Amino acid sequence: MSYVPHTATQIEEMLQEIGVKNYEDLIKAIPLELRLENGIDIPNGLSELEVINHLSKVGSENRKAIDSVSFLGGGSYDHFIPSAVNALLSRSEWYTAYTPYQPEVSQGTLQAIYEYQSVVCDITGMDVANASVYDGATALTEAMLLALRHGKRKTKILVSAGIHPHYMQVIDTYASTSGVDVKVIESKNGITDIHELDANIDDSVAAFIFSQPNFFGLLEDADSLVKISHGAGALAAVSVYPVSLGMLSSPGEYMADIVTAEGQCLGNPVGFGGPYLGIFAAKQKLIRQIPGRISGETVDRDGKRGYVLTLQTREQHIRRGKATSNICTNEGLNALAAVIYMALIGKRGFQELAELCYHKAHYLYEQICNLDGYSAEYPGEFFNEFTIHTPVPAKEVVDKAAEKGFFPGIRLDRFYPNMDHSLLIAVTEKRSRQEMDDLVEVLAQI
Amino acid sequence: MSQIPKDCKYTEEHEWVKMEGDIATMGITDYAQGELGDVVFLELPEEGDILKLGEAFGSIEAVKTVADLYSPVSGEVVGVNSELEDTPENVNQDPFGEGWLIKIKISDSAELDGLMDASAYEQHIA
Repeated sequence: MSYVPHTATQIEEMLQEIGVKNYEDLIKAIPLELRLENGIDIPNGLSELEVINHLSKVGSENRKAIDSVSFLGGGSYDHFIPSAVNALLSRSEWYTAYTPYQPEVSQGTLQAIYEYQSVVCDITGMDVANASVYDGATALTEAMLLALRHGKRKTKILVSAGIHPHYMQVIDTYASTSGVDVKVIESKNGITDIHELDANIDDSVAAFIFSQPNFFGLLEDADSLVKISHGAGALAAVSVYPVSLGMLSSPGEYMADIVTAEGQCLGNPVGFGGPYLGIFAAKQKLIRQIPGRISGETVDRDGKRGYVLTLQTREQHIRRGKATSNICTNEGLNALAAVIYMALIGKRGFQELAELCYHKAHYLYEQICNLDGYSAEYPGEFFNEFTIHTPVPAKEVVDKAAEKGFFPGIRLDRFYPNMDHSLLIAVTEKRSRQEMDDLVEVLAQI
Repeated sequence: MSQIPKDCKYTEEHEWVKMEGDIATMGITDYAQGELGDVVFLELPEEGDILKLGEAFGSIEAVKTVADLYSPVSGEVVGVNSELEDTPENVNQDPFGEGWLIKIKISDSAELDGLMDASAYEQHIA
């Protein structure tokens, strides 16, 4: 559709019709300081070739993770994605961002969602998972909302200071308009202060929310955190790093009630702005309060296996304003990538993946801690991500390493201004010993 | 033809109330269960909860829909039919008996005057 702006004559006619002298007269209610003085400065048109050349030139200024050696994490991880994931994903039959509106004609899509949900339940130790939500941040926020629906008269949510700062922002955004009282439980040595939690929790608390591992890469004492939460009648909701579940106790084992995660690490590429994958799972007792769509397996009248979207009475097309959430979309392709990825690497592969990440990270950690001026920021145990105290401001480390083709980690002063000597470093199975040794060499020279 | 027992009072929301002393037992009517279809789940309050006339206190879920439950009177919940957790079909099979939902110790008996008797309810659903 072409865009045809109004001609001067048409504008004149319209102004005359409504009895306004000129355009300035029409917008006189808008204060002068808010108006552009000389209109918008738009350059002359370019040919298609010129546009492509221009965009390529601008694009080439990006430093891509794929051309560098990346130790970036913080919720988004550079894992290997087998080519088969994209080959299968690219089949046009899958191309929809939505769970189908007339679901039962899309048996393949429903089955894929069902398989995805089954994988999520397997690795988290939960009873039920939904078809996914937008990303890790919204998934964790939905956990908060679920807890408030379940807790009915409870008005308070406690959140560990160790969750991802972006997730905290999303929680705050929702909380600011829903009247819930969100209190942050401070950390000690980088992990949730158990005594703080104990001192602040009471029967007005709907849920305690934490992250395992936490944002600083550290392992929380999940058993104790969940036990204290349950002791006060609150639910325990945890945001996990899915890859870590190949090695760590599952949330089901430490009795968490709700599990959410950023699922990008399962077969989805690192990308600024996504699309990412919000994993959401819970215990059976919460099934009627779960947000989003759920695919279920059943049999048709001939006894043959088939799939349906089930428990739809929670959803907005039936429940209207009282729906358990207004998310009817899911990250369909991302969830599909995750289930294809999990099917490809298999159970043993998933465990090996976690072990590789763990051991490589611990190797690099040792090497960096042995360098003059570098030390561990916190004493705690970690999985594949750790925080290093740097001898010079972390910004300097990041800038200098970038010149040599490394993304050495995330500067924590971007989130916590007083942590300007802290670098959050993540190691995935993709990093070779050579790459790690090279990074150590680069750091040693700074 | 729906059952409409004479010893119950009725609300416009298709709930029935039966008084014994100051305790009101309530459920949904035969007509209501027929309209809803197979009941699969009930969300009911807990004993000790205080209900206010006309306020939603729970929900009843059928295969294709879900409806709010409204309190027919004000008062305190003194009994909840917990057997419905496992046998929600009792609401369909015996709405005025085994399918009762909750018992309320009423706080204002004048509210009962605002409810319909059997013949008025029969007209209401006609």
